[in-house]
Amino acid sequence: MITPSQTVGPFFGHALPYETGPDLVPDGYPGAITVTGRVLDGAGEPVPDALLELWLGETGTRGVLRRDGEGASGFGRCATAPDGTYRFRTARPAGPYLALLVFARGLLRAVATRVYLQDGPDPLLDSLEPERRATLVAREDGDVYRFDVRLQGEGETVFLEF
Amino acid sequence: MTHPPNLSPAYRSTILRAPSRPAVAFKTDPDAIELTSPVFGHQEVGALDADLTRQHAGEPIGERIIVTGRILDSSGRPIRNTLVEAWQANAAGRYAHEGDRHPAPLDPNFTGAGRCLTDDEGRYRFVTIKPGAYPWRNHHNAWRPAHIHFSVFGTAFTQRLVTQMYFPGDPLFPFDPILQSVPDAAARERLVAAFDLDVTEPEWALGYRFDVVLGRTPTED
Repeated sequence: MITPSQTVGPFFGHALPYETGPDLVPDGYPGAITVTGRVLDGAGEPVPDALLELWLGETGTRGVLRRDGEGASGFGRCATAPDGTYRFRTARPAGPYLALLVFARGLLRAVATRVYLQDGPDPLLDSLEPERRATLVAREDGDVYRFDVRLQGEGETVFLEF
Repeated sequence: MTHPPNLSPAYRSTILRAPSRPAVAFKTDPDAIELTSPVFGHQEVGALDADLTRQHAGEPIGERIIVTGRILDSSGRPIRNTLVEAWQANAAGRYAHEGDRHPAPLDPNFTGAGRCLTDDEGRYRFVTIKPGAYPWRNHHNAWRPAHIHFSVFGTAFTQRLVTQMYFPGDPLFPFDPILQSVPDAAARERLVAAFDLDVTEPEWALGYRFDVVLGRTPTED
Protein backbone atom coordinates (compact mmCIF):
# COMPACT_ATOMS: atom_id res chain seq x y z
CA MET A 1 0.00 0.00 0.00
CA ILE A 2 2.02 2.85 -1.42
CA THR A 3 2.27 6.17 0.39
CA PRO A 4 0.72 8.99 -1.66
CA SER A 5 2.76 11.95 -2.82
CA GLN A 6 2.11 15.47 -1.53
CA THR A 7 3.49 18.78 -2.74
CA VAL A 8 6.87 20.02 -1.55
CA GLY A 9 5.04 23.31 -0.85
CA PRO A 10 6.55 26.79 -0.96
CA PHE A 11 8.61 26.59 2.24
CA PHE A 12 11.40 24.06 1.70
CA GLY A 13 14.22 26.57 1.18
CA HIS A 14 15.51 26.30 4.76
CA ALA A 15 15.55 22.51 4.60
CA LEU A 16 16.28 20.85 1.26
CA PRO A 17 18.75 23.01 -0.72
CA TYR A 18 22.36 22.96 0.42
CA GLU A 19 25.15 25.24 -0.60
CA THR A 20 27.09 22.83 -2.79
CA GLY A 21 24.00 21.03 -4.08
CA PRO A 22 24.17 22.47 -7.62
CA ASP A 23 27.91 21.72 -7.96
CA LEU A 24 28.40 18.03 -8.63
CA VAL A 25 32.05 18.67 -9.48
CA PRO A 26 34.68 20.96 -7.95
CA ASP A 27 35.90 24.07 -9.77
CA GLY A 28 38.26 23.23 -12.60
CA TYR A 29 37.00 19.68 -13.04
CA PRO A 30 38.15 18.59 -16.50
CA GLY A 31 35.35 18.30 -19.04
CA ALA A 32 32.69 19.68 -16.70
CA ILE A 33 29.51 21.06 -18.26
CA THR A 34 26.83 23.46 -17.11
CA VAL A 35 23.18 22.44 -17.34
CA THR A 36 20.98 25.49 -16.90
CA GLY A 37 17.58 26.82 -17.84
CA ARG A 38 14.28 28.06 -16.50
CA VAL A 39 11.19 26.44 -15.06
CA LEU A 40 8.05 27.99 -16.55
CA ASP A 41 4.35 27.59 -15.78
CA GLY A 42 1.38 27.35 -18.13
CA ALA A 43 1.29 31.13 -18.58
CA GLY A 44 4.97 31.18 -19.51
CA GLU A 45 5.80 32.80 -16.17
CA PRO A 46 8.90 31.71 -14.25
CA VAL A 47 8.45 29.34 -11.32
CA PRO A 48 10.55 30.88 -8.54
CA ASP A 49 9.92 28.15 -5.98
CA ALA A 50 10.83 24.92 -7.74
CA LEU A 51 13.46 22.41 -6.63
CA LEU A 52 15.34 20.36 -9.23
CA GLU A 53 17.31 17.18 -8.71
CA LEU A 54 19.81 15.92 -11.25
CA TRP A 55 21.00 12.30 -11.34
CA LEU A 56 23.74 10.81 -13.50
CA GLY A 57 23.19 7.18 -12.62
CA GLU A 58 26.23 6.67 -10.39
CA THR A 59 26.89 8.05 -6.92
CA GLY A 60 30.48 8.80 -7.84
CA THR A 61 33.46 9.39 -5.62
CA ARG A 62 32.55 12.84 -4.33
CA GLY A 63 30.04 13.09 -1.47
CA VAL A 64 26.40 13.87 -2.15
CA LEU A 65 25.52 16.05 0.85
CA ARG A 66 29.06 16.93 1.85
CA ARG A 67 31.08 17.48 -1.26
CA ASP A 68 34.24 15.94 0.12
CA GLY A 69 36.32 13.42 -1.76
CA GLU A 70 37.90 13.63 -5.16
CA GLY A 71 36.19 13.46 -8.50
CA ALA A 72 32.52 13.88 -9.37
CA SER A 73 29.24 13.27 -7.59
CA GLY A 74 26.28 11.84 -9.48
CA PHE A 75 23.59 13.79 -7.64
CA GLY A 76 22.78 17.47 -7.50
CA ARG A 77 20.00 19.62 -6.09
CA CYS A 78 19.18 23.21 -7.04
CA ALA A 79 16.32 25.54 -6.12
CA THR A 80 15.16 28.01 -8.75
CA ALA A 81 16.00 31.69 -8.40
CA PRO A 82 13.26 34.39 -8.40
CA ASP A 83 13.49 34.48 -12.21
CA GLY A 84 12.89 30.73 -12.44
CA THR A 85 16.45 29.82 -13.37
CA TYR A 86 18.47 26.87 -12.14
CA ARG A 87 22.07 25.94 -12.83
CA PHE A 88 24.05 22.75 -12.30
CA ARG A 89 27.75 22.18 -12.85
CA THR A 90 28.36 18.50 -13.55
CA ALA A 91 30.50 15.89 -15.25
CA ARG A 92 29.18 14.44 -18.48
CA PRO A 93 27.02 11.36 -17.93
CA ALA A 94 28.18 7.98 -19.22
CA GLY A 95 25.14 7.77 -21.50
CA PRO A 96 23.28 10.32 -23.64
CA TYR A 97 21.06 11.83 -20.94
CA LEU A 98 20.74 12.96 -17.33
CA ALA A 99 17.68 12.27 -15.19
CA LEU A 100 15.86 15.32 -13.82
CA LEU A 101 13.15 15.61 -11.19
CA VAL A 102 11.19 18.80 -10.57
CA PHE A 103 9.34 19.56 -7.34
CA ALA A 104 7.30 22.72 -6.75
CA ARG A 105 4.37 24.25 -4.97
CA GLY A 106 1.43 23.30 -7.16
CA LEU A 107 2.98 20.00 -8.18
CA LEU A 108 1.26 17.38 -6.06
CA ARG A 109 3.80 14.87 -7.29
CA ALA A 110 7.30 15.44 -8.65
CA VAL A 111 7.60 15.36 -12.43
CA ALA A 112 10.38 13.30 -14.01
CA THR A 113 12.09 14.05 -17.27
CA ARG A 114 15.41 13.56 -19.07
CA VAL A 115 17.95 16.06 -20.32
CA TYR A 116 19.48 14.70 -23.53
CA LEU A 117 22.76 16.42 -24.33
CA GLN A 118 22.26 15.80 -28.02
CA ASP A 119 19.69 14.33 -30.35
CA GLY A 120 20.26 10.85 -31.73
CA PRO A 121 18.73 7.41 -31.96
CA ASP A 122 17.17 6.53 -28.62
CA PRO A 123 14.25 4.31 -27.61
CA LEU A 124 12.48 7.09 -25.72
CA LEU A 125 13.19 9.94 -28.17
CA ASP A 126 12.22 7.76 -31.12
CA SER A 127 8.81 7.09 -29.56
CA LEU A 128 7.89 10.80 -29.53
CA GLU A 129 6.50 13.18 -32.15
CA PRO A 130 9.12 15.70 -33.36
CA GLU A 131 7.85 18.69 -31.33
CA ARG A 132 7.56 16.60 -28.21
CA ARG A 133 10.97 15.04 -28.81
CA ALA A 134 12.54 18.48 -29.02
CA THR A 135 11.49 19.28 -25.44
CA LEU A 136 13.97 16.69 -24.13
CA VAL A 137 17.04 17.83 -26.06
CA ALA A 138 19.21 20.55 -24.52
CA ARG A 139 20.56 23.42 -26.63
CA GLU A 140 24.32 23.21 -26.72
CA ASP A 141 26.40 26.36 -26.42
CA GLY A 142 30.02 25.41 -25.77
CA ASP A 143 30.12 23.63 -22.42
CA VAL A 144 26.72 25.08 -21.48
CA TYR A 145 23.56 23.08 -22.10
CA ARG A 146 20.29 25.00 -21.92
CA PHE A 147 17.21 23.08 -20.91
CA ASP A 148 13.95 24.78 -19.97
CA VAL A 149 11.19 22.90 -18.16
CA ARG A 150 7.72 23.95 -19.31
CA LEU A 151 5.30 22.47 -16.83
CA GLN A 152 2.16 23.09 -18.87
CA GLY A 153 0.82 24.32 -22.21
CA GLU A 154 2.65 25.18 -25.39
CA GLY A 155 5.95 23.35 -25.64
CA GLU A 156 5.11 21.36 -22.51
CA THR A 157 8.09 19.22 -21.53
CA VAL A 158 7.67 15.48 -21.90
CA PHE A 159 7.31 13.98 -18.44
CA LEU A 160 7.87 10.32 -17.80
CA GLU A 161 6.08 7.55 -15.96
CA PHE A 162 8.25 4.54 -15.23
CA MET B 1 -5.34 5.60 -7.44
CA THR B 2 -2.74 6.30 -4.78
CA HIS B 3 -1.19 9.55 -5.91
CA PRO B 4 -3.11 12.79 -6.46
CA PRO B 5 -3.83 13.81 -10.06
CA ASN B 6 -1.69 16.62 -11.44
CA LEU B 7 -4.63 19.00 -11.66
CA SER B 8 -6.59 19.43 -8.47
CA PRO B 9 -8.29 22.82 -8.94
CA ALA B 10 -9.29 23.21 -5.28
CA TYR B 11 -5.56 23.56 -4.69
CA ARG B 12 -5.18 26.65 -6.80
CA SER B 13 -1.44 26.46 -7.44
CA THR B 14 -2.01 23.34 -9.56
CA ILE B 15 -4.02 25.28 -12.16
CA LEU B 16 -1.04 26.80 -13.98
CA ARG B 17 1.55 24.26 -12.95
CA ALA B 18 -0.03 20.85 -13.47
CA PRO B 19 1.18 19.20 -16.69
CA SER B 20 -1.78 18.94 -19.07
CA ARG B 21 -0.53 15.88 -20.91
CA PRO B 22 -0.31 12.47 -19.32
CA ALA B 23 3.19 11.33 -18.43
CA VAL B 24 4.77 9.18 -21.14
CA ALA B 25 4.95 5.59 -19.96
CA PHE B 26 7.70 3.66 -21.61
CA LYS B 27 9.46 0.41 -20.96
CA THR B 28 12.84 1.30 -19.54
CA ASP B 29 15.83 -0.74 -20.56
CA PRO B 30 17.77 -2.35 -17.71
CA ASP B 31 20.47 0.30 -18.11
CA ALA B 32 18.09 3.23 -17.53
CA ILE B 33 19.76 5.42 -14.95
CA GLU B 34 16.43 6.04 -13.21
CA LEU B 35 16.65 2.48 -11.88
CA THR B 36 19.49 3.51 -9.59
CA SER B 37 19.68 6.01 -6.75
CA PRO B 38 22.39 7.91 -4.93
CA VAL B 39 24.07 6.10 -2.06
CA PHE B 40 24.64 8.19 1.06
CA GLY B 41 27.59 7.82 3.39
CA HIS B 42 27.06 7.80 7.15
CA GLN B 43 29.71 10.50 7.48
CA GLU B 44 27.47 12.82 5.43
CA VAL B 45 24.75 12.96 8.08
CA GLY B 46 25.51 14.28 11.56
CA ALA B 47 24.44 12.45 14.70
CA LEU B 48 22.30 15.40 15.81
CA ASP B 49 20.72 16.07 12.42
CA ALA B 50 17.70 13.96 13.39
CA ASP B 51 17.04 15.87 16.61
CA LEU B 52 15.32 19.13 15.67
CA THR B 53 15.17 20.16 19.33
CA ARG B 54 18.96 20.34 19.75
CA GLN B 55 20.09 22.47 16.83
CA HIS B 56 20.29 25.74 18.77
CA ALA B 57 21.49 27.05 22.12
CA GLY B 58 18.12 26.59 23.80
CA GLU B 59 15.15 24.29 23.50
CA PRO B 60 12.30 25.15 21.15
CA ILE B 61 8.87 26.01 22.51
CA GLY B 62 6.21 23.39 21.92
CA GLU B 63 5.12 19.85 22.55
CA ARG B 64 8.16 17.57 22.19
CA ILE B 65 7.42 14.51 20.06
CA ILE B 66 9.18 11.48 18.59
CA VAL B 67 8.32 10.52 15.02
CA THR B 68 9.58 7.16 13.86
CA GLY B 69 8.75 4.52 11.31
CA ARG B 70 10.11 2.42 8.51
CA ILE B 71 10.81 3.06 4.87
CA LEU B 72 9.62 0.02 2.93
CA ASP B 73 9.37 -1.10 -0.66
CA SER B 74 6.04 -2.15 -2.07
CA SER B 75 6.67 -5.75 -1.00
CA GLY B 76 7.20 -4.67 2.59
CA ARG B 77 10.96 -5.07 2.56
CA PRO B 78 12.97 -2.48 4.50
CA ILE B 79 15.00 0.06 2.55
CA ARG B 80 18.30 0.39 4.36
CA ASN B 81 20.65 3.32 4.49
CA THR B 82 18.37 5.64 2.55
CA LEU B 83 18.13 9.35 3.22
CA VAL B 84 15.03 10.68 4.97
CA GLU B 85 14.63 14.45 5.22
CA ALA B 86 11.93 16.17 7.27
CA TRP B 87 10.92 19.81 7.61
CA GLN B 88 8.08 21.66 9.27
CA ALA B 89 6.65 24.82 10.81
CA ASN B 90 7.29 25.63 14.46
CA ALA B 91 4.77 25.14 17.26
CA ALA B 92 3.08 28.43 16.35
CA GLY B 93 2.63 27.44 12.72
CA ARG B 94 5.46 29.56 11.30
CA TYR B 95 8.27 28.35 9.04
CA ALA B 96 11.83 29.59 9.44
CA HIS B 97 11.58 30.65 5.80
CA GLU B 98 11.80 34.25 4.65
CA GLY B 99 8.73 33.79 2.43
CA ASP B 100 6.43 32.87 5.32
CA ARG B 101 4.46 36.00 6.29
CA HIS B 102 2.11 34.40 8.80
CA PRO B 103 2.07 36.77 11.81
CA ALA B 104 2.98 34.07 14.29
CA PRO B 105 6.22 34.16 16.26
CA LEU B 106 9.44 32.68 14.99
CA ASP B 107 11.28 30.53 17.51
CA PRO B 108 15.00 31.33 17.69
CA ASN B 109 15.61 27.79 18.90
CA PHE B 110 13.84 26.05 16.05
CA THR B 111 14.74 25.79 12.38
CA GLY B 112 12.53 22.83 11.64
CA ALA B 113 14.75 20.80 9.31
CA GLY B 114 16.29 17.39 9.95
CA ARG B 115 17.65 14.36 8.19
CA CYS B 116 18.80 10.83 8.90
CA LEU B 117 19.68 7.55 7.23
CA THR B 118 17.55 4.46 7.79
CA ASP B 119 19.00 1.56 9.75
CA ASP B 120 19.13 -2.11 8.73
CA GLU B 121 15.42 -2.47 9.39
CA GLY B 122 14.58 0.58 7.31
CA ARG B 123 13.86 2.57 10.45
CA TYR B 124 14.24 6.33 10.87
CA ARG B 125 13.62 8.42 13.98
CA PHE B 126 13.23 12.15 14.51
CA VAL B 127 12.85 14.12 17.73
CA THR B 128 11.03 17.39 17.14
CA ILE B 129 8.14 19.51 18.38
CA LYS B 130 4.59 19.24 17.15
CA PRO B 131 4.06 21.79 14.37
CA GLY B 132 1.15 24.21 14.50
CA ALA B 133 -1.62 24.64 11.93
CA TYR B 134 -1.30 27.77 9.83
CA PRO B 135 -3.37 29.87 7.42
CA TRP B 136 -2.65 30.10 3.71
CA ARG B 137 -4.18 32.13 0.95
CA ASN B 138 -5.60 29.35 -1.19
CA HIS B 139 -9.20 30.33 -0.41
CA HIS B 140 -11.16 32.22 2.25
CA ASN B 141 -10.27 31.03 5.76
CA ALA B 142 -7.91 28.36 4.49
CA TRP B 143 -5.83 26.54 7.13
CA ARG B 144 -3.35 23.74 6.68
CA PRO B 145 -3.66 20.91 9.19
CA ALA B 146 -0.48 20.41 11.20
CA HIS B 147 1.98 18.38 9.14
CA ILE B 148 5.61 17.39 8.73
CA HIS B 149 7.07 17.26 5.22
CA PHE B 150 9.02 14.11 4.34
CA SER B 151 11.47 13.49 1.51
CA VAL B 152 12.61 9.91 0.86
CA PHE B 153 15.00 8.47 -1.74
CA GLY B 154 14.72 4.66 -1.94
CA THR B 155 16.77 2.40 -4.19
CA ALA B 156 15.71 3.82 -7.58
CA PHE B 157 15.22 7.38 -8.74
CA THR B 158 11.75 6.29 -9.86
CA GLN B 159 10.86 5.75 -6.18
CA ARG B 160 11.77 9.28 -5.09
CA LEU B 161 8.95 10.55 -2.91
CA VAL B 162 8.09 13.82 -1.21
CA THR B 163 5.02 13.72 0.99
CA GLN B 164 3.45 15.11 4.16
CA MET B 165 2.66 13.40 7.44
CA TYR B 166 -0.42 14.50 9.36
CA PHE B 167 -1.49 13.98 12.97
CA PRO B 168 -4.43 11.77 13.92
CA GLY B 169 -7.86 13.29 14.44
CA ASP B 170 -7.13 16.74 13.03
CA PRO B 171 -10.44 18.57 12.44
CA LEU B 172 -8.95 20.42 9.45
CA PHE B 173 -8.65 17.28 7.28
CA PRO B 174 -11.96 17.70 5.40
CA PHE B 175 -11.14 21.32 4.54
CA ASP B 176 -7.59 20.83 3.26
CA PRO B 177 -7.34 20.66 -0.55
CA ILE B 178 -3.81 19.26 -0.41
CA LEU B 179 -4.69 16.22 1.70
CA GLN B 180 -8.01 15.89 -0.15
CA SER B 181 -6.18 15.89 -3.50
CA VAL B 182 -5.52 12.20 -2.80
CA PRO B 183 -8.70 10.71 -4.23
CA ASP B 184 -8.86 7.49 -2.24
CA ALA B 185 -9.86 7.72 1.43
CA ALA B 186 -7.77 4.71 2.40
CA ALA B 187 -4.74 6.25 0.73
CA ARG B 188 -5.31 9.53 2.62
CA GLU B 189 -5.32 7.54 5.84
CA ARG B 190 -1.81 6.36 5.04
CA LEU B 191 -0.63 9.96 5.38
CA VAL B 192 -1.84 10.13 8.98
CA ALA B 193 0.62 9.04 11.66
CA ALA B 194 -0.53 6.74 14.46
CA PHE B 195 -0.10 7.74 18.08
CA ASP B 196 1.98 4.98 19.67
CA LEU B 197 2.36 4.51 23.41
CA ASP B 198 5.33 2.21 22.82
CA VAL B 199 7.17 4.99 21.05
CA THR B 200 6.14 7.50 23.70
CA GLU B 201 8.80 8.05 26.36
CA PRO B 202 7.56 8.55 29.94
CA GLU B 203 7.98 12.05 31.38
CA TRP B 204 9.49 13.20 28.12
CA ALA B 205 7.74 13.00 24.71
CA LEU B 206 4.70 11.63 22.88
CA GLY B 207 5.46 9.14 20.12
CA TYR B 208 4.03 8.81 16.62
CA ARG B 209 4.59 6.09 14.06
CA PHE B 210 4.64 6.82 10.33
CA ASP B 211 5.72 4.24 7.77
CA VAL B 212 6.44 5.19 4.18
CA VAL B 213 5.94 2.67 1.39
CA LEU B 214 7.65 3.53 -1.87
CA GLY B 215 6.36 2.61 -5.30
CA ARG B 216 7.37 -0.39 -7.34
CA THR B 217 10.39 -0.04 -9.53
CA PRO B 218 10.01 -1.12 -13.17
CA THR B 219 12.35 -4.07 -12.55
CA GLU B 220 9.92 -5.47 -9.97
CA ASP B 221 7.15 -5.83 -12.56
